[in-house]
Amino acid sequence: MDKDYIHIILADDDEDDRMLFTDAFEEMKINTKVNTFNDGVELMDYLNNPNAVLPNVLFLDLNMPKKNGIECLNEIKKDDRFNDIAIAIFSTSSSEEHIEETFVLGANIYIKKPSDFTTLKKVLSDVVTINWQYYTSGLNRDNFLLRL
Amino acid sequence: MKIFIKFDFNTVCRKVLEEKLIKHNIKYRILGFGEVDVLERIPSSVLSALTEELKEYGIDIIENQKSVLVQKIKDAIIEMIHSPELVNVKSSVYLAEKLSHSYGYLSNLFSDITYTSIENYIILQKIEYAKQLIVSSDLSLTEIAFQLNYSSVAHLSTQFKNVTGITPSAFQRIITKRREIATKK
Repeated sequence: MDKDYIHIILADDDEDDRMLFTDAFEEMKINTKVNTFNDGVELMDYLNNPNAVLPNVLFLDLNMPKKNGIECLNEIKKDDRFNDIAIAIFSTSSSEEHIEETFVLGANIYIKKPSDFTTLKKVLSDVVTINWQYYTSGLNRDNFLLRL
Repeated sequence: MKIFIKFDFNTVCRKVLEEKLIKHNIKYRILGFGEVDVLERIPSSVLSALTEELKEYGIDIIENQKSVLVQKIKDAIIEMIHSPELVNVKSSVYLAEKLSHSYGYLSNLFSDITYTSIENYIILQKIEYAKQLIVSSDLSLTEIAFQLNYSSVAHLSTQFKNVTGITPSAFQRIITKRREIATKK
């Protein structure tokens, strides 16, 4: 129950982005364990295994080959097994309409992909810190919406 | 030869705990959920002996007083936000008095354990309360701002946006749409 790290998964087809992401977490105060997947199919294969260790936070890149972030989000939202996972969407779009739609589909966090490492670190640290408060203070996840 | 056993974890723990507490002449009451009320002060030598003996059975005494205090701070903050008569009280004064520690001490301890400051935590909890009122009550934003002691709706909206990245009305729209979809299914 009382574990001392946050388990994080990222699905992103860009190798550089995956590397920056992992690096950003290594420099953080909160202990994290990060797994990455190269696309949505790989990710869903992992999650759908009944023995899979489920993450606390799942970051989905919107544009991925084979299965994109929204398709993953839809599949995840259909399965009650994944109810406790906070879902963060990485997107390049900042259209208000698009953001609201993504939230309506069940995303908790919407992140406009930062273009530099410092901002990325700050954004990821904010996500993990706020998620930590939800996790440790029993806040209502249904109301967890965060845009960065 | 093999024998097969079935055991009840809770009974085992309780029995071990009782035997050890009795052995050390400790007056106790088991409260369940991993909590034991010790009715008299235990000398530290006895406590460390007890800790050692329980360890053999995989039972650990959590001596993390800090985590307990942090939980008390959180509870006090929530109480403060939810009580209309407390909204005007300065939070640092309230917490220091309620928990009998200096605010500086509480504040450092809180940041160490929770990765956030007391100030930010209060704001987060206020916004969570505002969200709860937005989705579950008929109160207008003006009334919610008043209840949470914001000087104006604008102040509430700005802080809401700072914390969540979206406006209160966008929040309300999203939750309403989610509910519509959920009821259609």
